[in-house]
This record gives sequence, C-alpha cells and structure tokens, in this order.
Amino acid sequence: MTTALLDFLTALALAPLLPGVIARVKALFAGRQGPPLLQAYFDLCKLLRKSGVYSTATTWIFRAGPIVACASVVAALALTPAAGRTALISFPADFVLLAYLLACGRFFTVLAALDTGSSFEGMGASREVHYAALGEPALLLGLLALARQTGTMSLPSLLGRASPLAPEAALVGAALFIVLLCENARIPFDDPNTHLELTMIHEAMVLDHGGVDLALIHYGSWLKLWLWSALLAGVLMPVALKTIVTPVPLVGVTGVLAVALGIGVVESCIARLRLLRVPHLLATALALAAVAFILGVR
Amino acid sequence: MTSAAIAVRNGQSIAVEDLPKLAIKPFQAEVVSALSGGARVAAFFGAPEADLTGRSSAKLRLIMALAQDRERSLMLLSTSVGDAYPSLTPAFPQLHRFEREILEQWGVTPEGHPWAKPVRFQTPYRAPAGHAVEPATIGVVDFFRVGGGETHEVAVGPVHAGIIEPGHFRFQCHGEHVYHLEISLGYQHRGVERGLIGAPHARSLHYAETLAGDTTIGHATAYAQAIESLAAVKAPEQAKALRAVALELERLANHVGDLGALAGDVGFLPTLSYCGRIRGDALNLTALLCGSRFGRGLVVPGGVRFPCDESRGAEIRRRLARITDDARNAVDLIWTTPSVTERFQGVGILPRDLCLAMGTVGMAARAAGLPRDVRHDFPAGDSALREIPIATADDGDVLARALVRRREIEASIKFVDNRLANLPADPHRRPLSSLRSRRLVVALAEGWRGEICHVALTDDQGRVARYKVVDPSFHNWSGLALALRDQQISDFPLCNKSFNLSYCGQDL
Repeated sequence: MTTALLDFLTALALAPLLPGVIARVKALFAGRQGPPLLQAYFDLCKLLRKSGVYSTATTWIFRAGPIVACASVVAALALTPAAGRTALISFPADFVLLAYLLACGRFFTVLAALDTGSSFEGMGASREVHYAALGEPALLLGLLALARQTGTMSLPSLLGRASPLAPEAALVGAALFIVLLCENARIPFDDPNTHLELTMIHEAMVLDHGGVDLALIHYGSWLKLWLWSALLAGVLMPVALKTIVTPVPLVGVTGVLAVALGIGVVESCIARLRLLRVPHLLATALALAAVAFILGVR
Repeated sequence: MTSAAIAVRNGQSIAVEDLPKLAIKPFQAEVVSALSGGARVAAFFGAPEADLTGRSSAKLRLIMALAQDRERSLMLLSTSVGDAYPSLTPAFPQLHRFEREILEQWGVTPEGHPWAKPVRFQTPYRAPAGHAVEPATIGVVDFFRVGGGETHEVAVGPVHAGIIEPGHFRFQCHGEHVYHLEISLGYQHRGVERGLIGAPHARSLHYAETLAGDTTIGHATAYAQAIESLAAVKAPEQAKALRAVALELERLANHVGDLGALAGDVGFLPTLSYCGRIRGDALNLTALLCGSRFGRGLVVPGGVRFPCDESRGAEIRRRLARITDDARNAVDLIWTTPSVTERFQGVGILPRDLCLAMGTVGMAARAAGLPRDVRHDFPAGDSALREIPIATADDGDVLARALVRRREIEASIKFVDNRLANLPADPHRRPLSSLRSRRLVVALAEGWRGEICHVALTDDQGRVARYKVVDPSFHNWSGLALALRDQQISDFPLCNKSFNLSYCGQDL
C-alpha cells in the first residue's frame, strides 16, 4: 500500500517531466539544444498565476471541463500500477473502470469545447470523438487478451505477469503504443507543436481555455501520458525486471521514461498522417489487439 | 493575324500616343481573340484619360498588357470607358480580379460580372459619378455560401495563430470536406501605387522594395527596369549581373525556407530544422552583397548601389558551396521519407487547365506543366538569366510545387556560382537622367513566386503619373482557392504554404 502510494505520488510529481524529455529527444535529432527539461513545470507556474478569460457565450460546463478532465485522469492513475507493483486501488476488471474514467475526462473536454460554439473547437471535438471510438476498443480488447493470457482480471497482476516474450503481449504492446500516440495527441496523429488550428485535434478543443484552466488541462494531459506510458511499460517490461521489488519506484519510472524516449524518436523520424488515414492506423491497432485476443482464446 | 495591339519588349517604353486606343467593342474583340489564342493578362488597369491625353476628361482609359508566353510577345492595348463596360469575366475568369479592382478604384462597373466584390476594400481613387463614396468596411462582404443542414462554415483569420500576414479565409465544409474556399484580403493595403505617383522621389525606391517584403530584389528590379527605360539609361552589365545574382539568391533563400516550412506543416522535423538554418545562410549571402539580408538597398535605378569585387565574389561562392551540400541533404529527406511524400502527393491539385483559365503564373503554373517563366519568355537585364532551365513538374499538387522548388534551388545555385565567377568589370552604376515625358513602360521580372509586372506612365513633366503593380500573388490567390476544392480542411495550411502567396503584394 505504501509503495503504491509512493508510486502514485511519484507519477503526480514527475508527469510534467515527460514533455521535457520528448522535447529534448526531438531537439537532439534536429541538432538543436531544445528547451529545459523542466520547461513544463515553468509553464505550469506561469499559468497558475494567470486568471482565465471566459466568453459570455459559455456556461458552467466550460469551467467544469478542465476540472473533471484532470480529476478523472488522477482517479484513473490511482488504478494504474507501476511495473510489477500494486496499484493504489485494484479489484477484478478494474481496467474497465480505467477506460471509462479516461472516457469521462474526454467527454467533459469535448462538452467544454462544444460549449464555446467555435468552429475550430467543434472540429477538434468531432475528430477527438471519432478517433476515441476506434482507440477505446483497441485498449479494452488488448487488456482482455492479457487477462486471458495471464488468467487474472485486475491490472496489477495482469501487467505484472505479462511477458513481452509471449506473442499476445508483444501484439498488445504494439497496439497500445499506437493508441497511446493517438490518445496523447502525438505525431503521427496530431502535432503537439503546431499553431495551425485547422490541423489540430486535441489542441483545437482547448484553444479558448487560459490560466488555471489551461494549467489543469496541460497537467491532466501529462498525467494521461504518464498513465499510458506506465501501462505500456507494464506490458513490455521483462518479467525479471518487474519482479525486482525496491522501496524506490525506480523501475516503474525508468519504464515510463523509456516510453517517452520512444515517443521522441518516433516524432523525430516521421511526418503526420493525413487526417483521412488516421482511422486506418487505429484500425490496425484494433486488429493487432484482436489477433492477441484470438491467440488467447484458441 | 494582324493585331491592333502594339508589341513591346520587356522594359521597352513607348510614347503614350503610340498606345493603341480602340473603341470598347474592337478592344474586347481583340482581347477575346488573344486570350482564346493562349495569351494571358499580365496587367489590366485604369488610368484617368486626362493622365494620358493631358486634356481634362471624365473618361477612364483601361490599359491591358497581354503576355503570350509561347510566342514570347508582350502586347499593349487600351480603350476608353465611361461608367460601365461589358464584363469579360464570364468568358475569361482570369480577368475577375482585374475587373473588380477597376470597379473598386474607379467606380467603373463591369456589367455582367458574376460577383464584383471589392478586392482590397480601399478608398476609391475617385468618387463614382452622382453619389458619395461609401468607404467599404474591410472583410464585410457577402460570402458565397453552401446551404443545407449538414454543411458548416469555418472562418479563419484575419488574425492568425502564426506570425504571418492577415487575411480572411471562409470555408464551406461538410465535415472535413471542403466544398468551397473564399479568400478575402485587403488588410495590408498601404496605398503603394498612389505613393509611387510622382516617382522618382525620395521614397519611391523604398516603396518598391517593400511591395512584398520577401521579394525585395524582384520588385526593386522591375521598378529599376521601368525607371531606367523611362529615363533612357541602360544599366551597366555588372549591375545587371549582380541583380540577377541577387534575384536567384532571393529565390534560393525563399525556396529553401518554404520546403522547410512545408515539412514543418506535416510535422516532419528534420527538414524543418535544417532548412530554417540554411535559409538564414542563404540570406547572409545577400547581406554580403549589400549589407541587408533581404537585399534592401542593392538595386537602384541606374545600376546597383554596391560593386562586387573579386574577393567578395569568391567569398560568396565559397559559402554557397557549403550551403549546396547542406541544402541538398535536407531537401532530399522529403523525397526519401515516404511518410512525407505521401502527405504531399495528390493534395491541393491545381491542374493545368485551371492554371490556364485563371492566369496562374510562376512556380504554381510550372508545377502544373506550364512553362511560364519571365526569365525565358521576356528576357530583360542579364542575358545569362536565359540560360537557366525552366523547372517544371506535371501533377500540380503540393509535391509538384515542392519538386519545382527543389529544381529551382539547384538551378539558382549553379547560376549564382557561374555568374560570380565571370562578373563583367564595367562600372556598377550610371547616373540617372530625368524621365522622358508622356511615355509608358511595362517591366517584368521573374520573382521567386512568379511574374512581377510593373507598368509606369509619365506626365508632361516627366514624373510618374500612374504606377501599376501586379504581384504574382494577385493572379495566384484565385488558384489557391480553387486548389482547395474537394480537399480536406486539415490540409489547407499545407496547400497554403505550397503556394506561399504574399498578402501585402496583393493588397499593395
């Protein structure tokens, strides 16, 4: 329990490090120095000192959006175990709740975006929902396949026992990595650095937020990136590594950082997909997860 | 076929009396036959009859410059109109902006124009007969709308998220699909054409250089050619060569920057990062020539302001050699990375027939297989410019426009290197005499975007009475709007960047 709490707090504290790591990897590839590793923390401090600006066209939903979105990710994080360890809260089939907590956060972000009545935000919301509808089944199917393979139903044991050498886990790992890139608005799905509203997915939905609201949105999205990285690290990390139990949550953090490095490398090497092609790649993830599931059922 | 129009060379001035003046019917018949025969409109504008004849008159003279690329002939003709004339836009859509501009500036109505809305929302040059001038509010205009419950409208700009110029884009969409794009400009209107009346004066060269900030050399060269021709002064060979070198350096810097930005728009970082730096290196070469990275102050009527000695030429060539390899490596990445070419291919197609119909010029036309290039078709200035091969591509999509840029980068580098190795040794500048009175000149230059057309007309005192500028963007904005039809709205920034048109060049 204490180790789980420690893992949980570590995630809350270190999540803003991930965008820094990714930016550094990208800068390295481009031959630039890049922003400081702690840039995201500085941005948070800056935003927390600012007040929001609210359009008269918006209602309470617009203000509630960022709070609910951030809170649901924090709740989902409590269900997420660091590699090989226990989660703060766990029970059979807890991954279903995890998926729907993430969906709840997205639901409110989308509502807040639609609340502004802006065409950009409406477009972003429509794209987000479209892609989530394809990513969500891939996540659930993938985790079900692991549950089948390991014969357990809760996330900690399921991730703790998954071996990357098993074909199911490798397939699920590939599927989860694709969905991770989409869910966290990374290249090739979305360009987190773009200023072009017409091409945005996630960013387009939060264009009208500012100040503390924007800080909550950013923080929530970094926590979400941590959560997904932890899930992926849990699937792909060798069992031997996962079973090293130390009081320091070092192994889990290393896994998460490794995933961030991987994201940075992907973003440095390939271009964004045409928006029309996004569903194809997500369908590929779904297919990978389905094959993993079938392997488990046979 | 005998033609009533007068054929001129690029940069050749004629006496105003020699400009053929036809009645409206034969004028339009002449225009129709030329345009049907493959000519395009390089300029079409109004000037008060009084400016040309010296006698007071309420009539407006409409002057047209027709370019026939294949025959390499440039023709001038004019007509005189009162309050209205029959529009030719329904038959020749490439005239639509010109006719709208004449309406906006002079209050002369093109009767039968499908939708004669303002192009710049500028204050008219003269009040329309009979009623007071109502200054148009910028951006407030009836946009074309697509009806139906499931279509929606997306408005972008005039304030954009990036640090770019202002312009308003109105999309008619169904989900991600764009049915129609309308572009409303004018936010950058400064009144340059009016400012150039009375040229040459202390500010006129500066105005010409800043017509479009990234095309300083192109516009300044066209301006200098016009003024030199009116003054009957020939620029020395060294000056012509240095102008050509600077023009190609400008092309090089802009094309490299654009290819980087195109890669950036699809989130491909390597090319973006390298090209950003290489563009800076290329700009620095221009700075070596004249002290300004954008070529400000290099071109002056009569020559260039600074000579280029052997050691400076050698230094530029040495640095250019370094840029060459870097640029090649960075640019080639676009073609060796399938995820990037996939994004460029088949996006924003502006086919050849639409280019012909809309009078598209420059790189955008060449990317659709139309070999339109002023350096080739209407040579003026340095004769070596003619040796540069015309870079064309076939598909008219974003990839084709990128390919034309890539080929032009290679050609420009080769040209600059050769030209600097063999610079003529004559003086770099000749004193400018006063302008001859009552003359008309058309000066064309191939800027990196395409054909730049300047037309100047002098009065009795040898001062410019009317100066007309047609930036390539004026032709090509219509092409961009058409290229977006049936595209994905998320591809708009990419298409836009592949044309990279100038807002202030069109708004003047």
